[in-house]
Amino acid sequence: MSSLPLGTVFLQSESFIYVLYIIAFAMFIQGLRGLSGPTTAVRGNRIAAVGMGIAVIATLLNPGAGNWGLIALGMALGVAVGVPAARQVKMTAMPQMVALFNGVGGGAVAIIAWVEFRNHGSTYGSHTIEHTFINGVYLERISAHVGGPPTYVAIFSVFAAIVGSVSFWGSNIAFGKLQEIIPGRPISLGAGQQVVNLVLLILALAAGIDLVAGAHSEVLFIGMLIVAALLGNAVVLPIGGADMPVVISLLNAFTGLSAAATGMALNNPALIVAGMIVGASGSILTNLMATAMNRSIPAIVAGGFGGGGAVEGAEGAGEHAGTVRSTSASDAAIQLAYANRVVVVPGYGMAVAQAQHAVRELTKELESRGVEVSYAIHPVAGRMPGHMNVLLAEADVPYDQLKEMDDANSEFGRTDVSLVIGANDVTNPAAKNTPSSPIYGMPILEVSDSHSVIVIKRSMNPGFAGIENELYFDPKTAMLFGDAKSAVSEITAELSAL
Amino acid sequence: MILASVLTTNLAILVLAGFIGFVVISKVPNTLHTPLMSGTNAIHGIVLLGGLLLFGLAELDSFSKALLVIAVAFGTINIIGGFLVTDRMLDMFKSRPKPKPVQESSALQTKTGVDGEADTDGKTGA
Repeated sequence: MSSLPLGTVFLQSESFIYVLYIIAFAMFIQGLRGLSGPTTAVRGNRIAAVGMGIAVIATLLNPGAGNWGLIALGMALGVAVGVPAARQVKMTAMPQMVALFNGVGGGAVAIIAWVEFRNHGSTYGSHTIEHTFINGVYLERISAHVGGPPTYVAIFSVFAAIVGSVSFWGSNIAFGKLQEIIPGRPISLGAGQQVVNLVLLILALAAGIDLVAGAHSEVLFIGMLIVAALLGNAVVLPIGGADMPVVISLLNAFTGLSAAATGMALNNPALIVAGMIVGASGSILTNLMATAMNRSIPAIVAGGFGGGGAVEGAEGAGEHAGTVRSTSASDAAIQLAYANRVVVVPGYGMAVAQAQHAVRELTKELESRGVEVSYAIHPVAGRMPGHMNVLLAEADVPYDQLKEMDDANSEFGRTDVSLVIGANDVTNPAAKNTPSSPIYGMPILEVSDSHSVIVIKRSMNPGFAGIENELYFDPKTAMLFGDAKSAVSEITAELSAL
Repeated sequence: MILASVLTTNLAILVLAGFIGFVVISKVPNTLHTPLMSGTNAIHGIVLLGGLLLFGLAELDSFSKALLVIAVAFGTINIIGGFLVTDRMLDMFKSRPKPKPVQESSALQTKTGVDGEADTDGKTGA
């Protein structure tokens, strides 16, 4: 150390590194605050990114750092994969991209815990009380130490391994479902599913406890990772596509918590703070989404959606022998052209058909005719909260035309035409009127309050919840069957020909 | 004593960070939840630091090194990908610059009002 120039000593001092960490997480917090408004959000995200850069540099300044070539290799690989993926992904594929990025984060946590175990696991369970922890260098001291790290290090590390592995595999399944590599419908073992999940959880915990208590077996550790991986699969596979937002958000929170646990094990404040903030925010988001769908998080995680809902829906389907009125693009165009107020209700169908640009063209045409247009956004429309907003913003829809559910609902009574594009369950009046409906109690967009309704939909197939939508049998509703994008384009063409 | 103080200090940081996350996040409007999820997602890529720290260990065998390369790559994907995607998403929320602000009052221009049509044409085409 004494041979190093004074400047290097200062830059590598623990206090300096710690100060950089403090700056970094101040920037994370400031960045997240920025995300609270559309005008400050871009800057907020960049502030957080710079904070991350500072945290990385601070860590590399650590006097114990080494293996520079391999670090460069890993980072280069990450950049080579991450940058093109992030740049090329379509806005409609954004949810699965977030799932994937979340998954690799969880994977990193699990691997780090594994390497930690390979190097210190043989000392787990040998309780040494005396140990000076100094940020960063402490790791080297442990490896030189005869005794092991204190028990809590082992506990946090094992926790991180389990949760990271669950998050990695769960996120990959969520990605697969959203990307339609594996079927979006629930894949379940039926009634035995919860028992299987519980057994897997107990197995993982038992292995973890055994490891913390001093079972110095890497095989057991790998076994624990595998059981946690199975658990991740078993939890997410039975959950249907429509519940995926909640699942991704939950897994996001999990990865955050596991990162915080890694920070506790490695005594690194930057990891603790950043991981915990993500854990807290993910939990809030998850809760918000579940509330908007009138579902409890345990119910989603324990059972999957499709099962019970589909059965009840099938019973209810027979009751609706009502007639459905279908319309044509030209009729719809006339109806829209002579309206004063039109509210567009976009849903999952619009996202799938990538119809957002076509929708924007249509509403521009309407606006040029003096029609007042706004968009009613249900909190869980699409695949993630805010997904519709992102898609519509991509198509240059002005931010202030997007109305959130409560604002929109107070205005449907004054609306001439509601144009429902690929939204189903979030408009179903059964949620308000039919106590026996599986979605009863879910807040909906009260589209049926408007003077008339046009629904663009591929077919009469029920939505994800597997229940008929009473809205379609309402006498003031006209159905326009077809792909959202082509149907909207046809209406626009008819409009400009008027 | 030293041990207890390190653990409890870190626990205090953990708990306070949780509350900060709670307070900061609960102010975000619904419409920005997707970018928010993506942004927080990028932040937990900070596990990269764990990989970097472990690379400093003295006796890593080659399997551990290989694992750490993967961990660092994963963490980097999480960070870089997460922030870039969030940036792309948020870019779309930015209020468009209004090059022809002559006819309206200044209050309306900042609000992305009905005058949005003319200049957005070019952008959607691009």
